[in-house]
Formats: sequence, structure tokens, C-alpha cells
Amino acid sequence: MGIEKETIEIAPGIRQIPGTPVVLSPIDKIINWARAGSMWPVTFGLACCAIEMMATGASHFDLDRYGIIFRATPRQADVLIVAGTVTKKMAPIVRRVYDQMPEPKYVIAMGSCACSGGIFKTYSVAQGADEFLPVDIYIPGCPPRPEALLFGLLNLQQKIKSEAKKWGFWR
Amino acid sequence: MEELLNELKEKFSSVIIEIQEKDYPTLICKRSGFLDLMKYLKEEKGFKYLIDLCGVDYLDYKYKNFEERFEVVYHLYNLDTKILLRLKVRIPEKDCWQYSVTPLWETANWFERECYDMFGINFKGHPNLKRILMPDDWEGHPLRKDYPVYLEEEQEWKTYKELKEKVKQQS
Amino acid sequence: MATYLEINKKQVNEEKWEEPFYLNMGPQHPSTHGVLRLFLELEGETIVNCTPIIGYLHRGVEKLAETLNYNQTIVLSDRLDYIASAANNTAFALAFEKLMGLEVPRRAKLLRTIVCEMARICNHLLWLATHALDIGAMTVFLYCFRDREWLLNIYEKICGARLTHTYVRVGGVRQDFTQEIIDELYKFTEEFPSRIYDYETLIDVNRIWLKRTKGVAVVPAEDAINLGLTGPVLRGSGVPYDVRKFRPYDAYGEVEFIVPTGKNGDTYDRYRVRMEELRQSNRIIRQCLDKLPETQGEPVVAENAPDLLMPEKIRKPEPKPVPKKGVIFKGEEIPVVPPGEAFASIESPKGELAVYVVSDGSNKPWRLRVRTPSFVHISAIPYMAKNHLIADLIAIIGTLDIVLGDSDR
Repeated sequence: MGIEKETIEIAPGIRQIPGTPVVLSPIDKIINWARAGSMWPVTFGLACCAIEMMATGASHFDLDRYGIIFRATPRQADVLIVAGTVTKKMAPIVRRVYDQMPEPKYVIAMGSCACSGGIFKTYSVAQGADEFLPVDIYIPGCPPRPEALLFGLLNLQQKIKSEAKKWGFWR
Repeated sequence: MEELLNELKEKFSSVIIEIQEKDYPTLICKRSGFLDLMKYLKEEKGFKYLIDLCGVDYLDYKYKNFEERFEVVYHLYNLDTKILLRLKVRIPEKDCWQYSVTPLWETANWFERECYDMFGINFKGHPNLKRILMPDDWEGHPLRKDYPVYLEEEQEWKTYKELKEKVKQQS
Repeated sequence: MATYLEINKKQVNEEKWEEPFYLNMGPQHPSTHGVLRLFLELEGETIVNCTPIIGYLHRGVEKLAETLNYNQTIVLSDRLDYIASAANNTAFALAFEKLMGLEVPRRAKLLRTIVCEMARICNHLLWLATHALDIGAMTVFLYCFRDREWLLNIYEKICGARLTHTYVRVGGVRQDFTQEIIDELYKFTEEFPSRIYDYETLIDVNRIWLKRTKGVAVVPAEDAINLGLTGPVLRGSGVPYDVRKFRPYDAYGEVEFIVPTGKNGDTYDRYRVRMEELRQSNRIIRQCLDKLPETQGEPVVAENAPDLLMPEKIRKPEPKPVPKKGVIFKGEEIPVVPPGEAFASIESPKGELAVYVVSDGSNKPWRLRVRTPSFVHISAIPYMAKNHLIADLIAIIGTLDIVLGDSDR
């Protein structure tokens, strides 16, 4: 095909005509590609896992290289990392933070407590963040290592890239 | 140490029921006149630091030799003579109150609120006695022995139940 | 004062907002160190009244501990103060050992001391990082995390976990240090003082840092004791109370160290106290490492320490002349743990951490009470924040070094 000869593939399904600022691609692919490259999670430390989340963002593991920058307000974020135990008292607030985030939004449940309640099967702990949030990625561990969080985030990137029919159809 | 205990025993013979030698000297006191003893300890004997105040529920305790259900345990410390004193006041279930020591030690404020939250012991003279760890409309006192560790569906906290139903409807 | 709920309703219902202004800070706030919520009553930018609302991380650890055996509760203690979990482990283990009457071998004591002091360094580094980040010094954050990562790697070699160690167990520690760990720690202790110097050059005489910390949240010594403040916060006010000196536990009786104190009791003094504590901790680790070869080959767990899986029931052993054949001897049940109570407290990096345990003879504690420093420190925020600006509130939260898991349990 002519297109393949004269263009270079800069990302799966996205081709650029060399020397020009012209990109040929289906619209959902290019939007997903751009979004996967700049996920902004909201800083929402709940418990122990928040310390590992901070460690992931700090000098040694450095989240910035994936285009992931922590935002302090849910209004500017598109990933909610539920890092730690969610108690019943806290659950309505977590939900409100999620509701404040603009679409499209994703949720990562980090740590055993956010996945399933973990070791805390007690009167005051919600048994998993998925009781009131649509969770996309589960990261087990108590707390998960920073590498595990990175792996989860990269998996989320894959998920975003493979999304179809969300964009590209004019409504 | 010996001198102090003897002096206390003489001076407050109507308040102190028993002095036990455990890991730290333990005074078992009556409720009436307890505040005078505490005031004396703080102002005359230099027990300026209240380490801890907590409740214990002795429902169906195997080695119990008293009738009352609850105990409030105080740990006092003298920073100069390095003496640690433990005081206990027994509280019956039907007449569930104790004098507040908040006017003497500012620390006791939150400890007493927590004790009220967890055991339902009322502290007379407390400036702001309300729940601290659990939500304001929580039912029951969690650390009592007849309170379940894990709440079943029917006993669920109202607000959390509503949240779960709301989320179910939305999705 | 009306409750915050009533005020909230009032503000929504009435057309005109009443003076003063009410502001809700948290639980989702980047610089409240977790899920602390503060309800502020403001006059302009000055705080007139401040009501901390906690309990957003109340996990019912004390209740859960009543359903687990003694060794399992130590796992729960990791999740209380998750920045310095080794210190929590030690507090729990000390209380249980007192209850069971165990004597810990000297080598285990030394190892515990090393691990506890490493936890202190970890904690203070994280405190410095977040405190500086909150006040506006970003670089310190990156430097501190670099060195903290080094310690966490050593922890990983010791017990396989970065944050939640459960390295200390009832009656000693899980396993001995290998030579590799000891070498690594020697390297760390040699290198670390120069790193502390690095941080100090970054902020010690920084004009912004001084303006944000000097004279902020002054607590006189008398009030500090009355409020129940402990740890570096109390020592910043000039009271040399340190559990390591006053009621020595583990190997603290045999090592030399200074308890640094401040003079003015302001945020800057508390910062200086913590920086000095970093040096002292380094010194303690060094001394313990030097003493380790003396105890080479000793066991690290007490002989009569309970099994990790504690049995639910123990029966008396069969009497020595075995009864006649055909007679089944059913021994009398004896308590697994002597019934009674014990109180132990340690100097955790944040302050005094005390554990009060009541036993009923079974393998589970009847009541486990944890007196945590953060709980008391948060209760002091209204006192400290009075007549300060909102911006100073961030410095106050930072200087108290609170962890919400610690306070809510």
C-alpha cells in the first residue's frame, strides 16, 4: 500500500508522514494514545499504600517518566488510585471525589484492603472499593511494591489504548 | 514508692479499695471521691502526665472477682520521680458513668470521648462528649464484648447501605 | 459552640452567611497527611477555632485483635503506624513478653534496637520530606526519599518486606542478620551523617523555611505535658522526657546517646530536635552493630517463647508413672498465657506508644489497648492553631508528624 511506504508508524495504528506535521490515524486510536500517555492521578492517600504511592512518585521510581503527574484536585485528574483501607465512614467521601472527576475516569484499587478488605474484616471497614466504585485495575499486596503499582498503571495504559467505540463516532 | 502508696492508703482510705502489686502498682478505687484522689495526685504529688485512659469490658471474664462489668483504667506518670501508677475504677452496666478528669488533664478530653464511643461509658463533666471515631449516627458501642466483629447485612450502617444502593441503581 | 453539622445546615439554608467564615479542610487534602478533617472557624485568614474530626481510617484493630492470637496481632500492629512499623511491633511484643514472663536473648535485643532505630530514621526522613514539601521546599522531598529507599532495601534483605515488616515476634525476632546486612548497615552508618548535613544545607538557614517555622505554634513546657504531647514535640519544648532513658527497654540501657531538647517550643526547634535525633539514631545503630559480634551464635528467640501458631488449649502433661493401661489420662486444662495484665511503652518515632493488654488465659488477648501518639497530637491541634493563619496550619500538621492510621487504629 502506498500509505505504508510513505509514512512511519510512530505508535500502533498511528502513522506520520515524514518531515511534515501530519498524522494519519483513526480518531479513537490517536485520542487513546494521547490519553494513555498522560494519565493524571489524584493524590488521595488513605492508608499504608499511600506511602508506597509517594515512593513511586519520588526519586527512585519516578512516575513522571510515564507522563503520570499527581494532581491535588479531582477536577483535573482522570485516574483515582484508591490507596489503602476504605472505611465505611470514608466511603461516601471517596465516592464524592470520584463523582467530581471529569469523564473519562478510571479507578485503580491499590492494595489488598482496597481490593477486598484484606485482613480487616471488621465492623467499620468496607470490604473492597468495588462495593461502591467501578474498579478497572486491582493491585494486590499489603502494601504492593512500587513496581507493582507501575505495572498496574502500565496495564491501565494498555486498557485505555484498546478502548474502542468510545471515540470516533460522531454523536 | 512504698511511702507514696502508704500515704495514699491512709489519706484516701474511703476511696481506695485495694492496692495490688503487679507490673506497676495498681490502685483499685471507688467512684465516689475519685476526683479528689486524682486532684491530689496531680497537684500535690506531681503526676502531671496522664499516659493513658481506657475502658475494659469484663463481660463473662473467667477470672473475675467483682460484679461490675466495665473498668476504666488510668495510667499516670510522674516525670520527676519516674513512678508509674495504674488506677482502676469499676463501673456497673446499669449505672454507666464516671467522673471526667478533663479539667485536670487536657489529654483526657479525647481519651474519654473515645471511651464513650467504644464502650458507652458517660463521663460527667466532660465539655464535649460525643462520638469521635465512629460516625455520629452509628448504633452500638463496638468494643463491647456483645458487639459483633463483623456486621451482617441487616446491621449495616444506614448511610453506607444507602450509598451501596445508590451506586447499584446508577450502574 | 454549635456543632459543625448544625453550622453546615445553617450556611446552606440561610441566605446571608454569618460571620465568621467556616471552612472545611479535608479529608481529601494533599497536606493533611492522610484523611484528617479539620473544621475551621475563621476571621479573615486567622483561625479562631479549629475542630479536628478523625475516624476516617478507623479499622477496628483493637476489636480485631481480640479474635486473633498474640503472634497474629503483631501483624496488625504493622498497619497502625505504617511508616515505622518495627517500633510498633516492638511495643506489642514487649507487652506480651511482660505478660508471659519471657526473657529475650541479648542478641535479639540488639537486633530489635537496630531495627527500631532504622524505623526512626525512616520516619524522620519521611517527616522531613513531607513537611518540607508542604511548606514549599520540593528538593528536600526527593533527597529524603533517595536515602529512605536505601534503608527500605536493607529492610527487605532483613525480612522481605519494605513497609510492613513483622520482623519482631513475641520472645525475640524472626531470624538473625546475615553478614551482608551487617556490612550494608555499616556502610549506611558511615555515609548517613554526610546526608544529614546535605539536608541541613538545603533548609537550615533558608529564609523561607525560617519564616515559616520560627515562632509558629509555640507550646510552653507546662502546656505540652498537660496536653499529653510526647516525643520530639515535647522535647522541642525543653522537657527531656524520653522513654528510652526513663524506662529503658531492649538494648537502650547499654548504648550511649543524647536526648536533644529545644528551647522555645516552636516549629523550628522541633525540626532541630528531629535532625539531631537522626544523628543519635545513627550513633545507636553503630554501637549496636559493634556489639553484635559479642553475641555471635546466640539464639534470637527466647527458649520458652510461644509457637507462632499458638495452640488454643494446653493440657497438663501426663504424670510420670504412667497410670494403668486402659485408663485414658485427660490432663487438666491450663492457661496458655498467664491471666493478668501488662503495660509496656516505647519511644516510637512519633512519641510514646503504649500497649495495655489484659489476658484471660486463652491464646487471644481479652483486651488490647494501644495508646498512640498521633491520637493525642491531633487533639492538640486546636490549641496550637489558635490565632494562627491558615497557611500555618499546614506547618502545624507537619510539625506534629501525625499518621492517621496511628491515631484512628
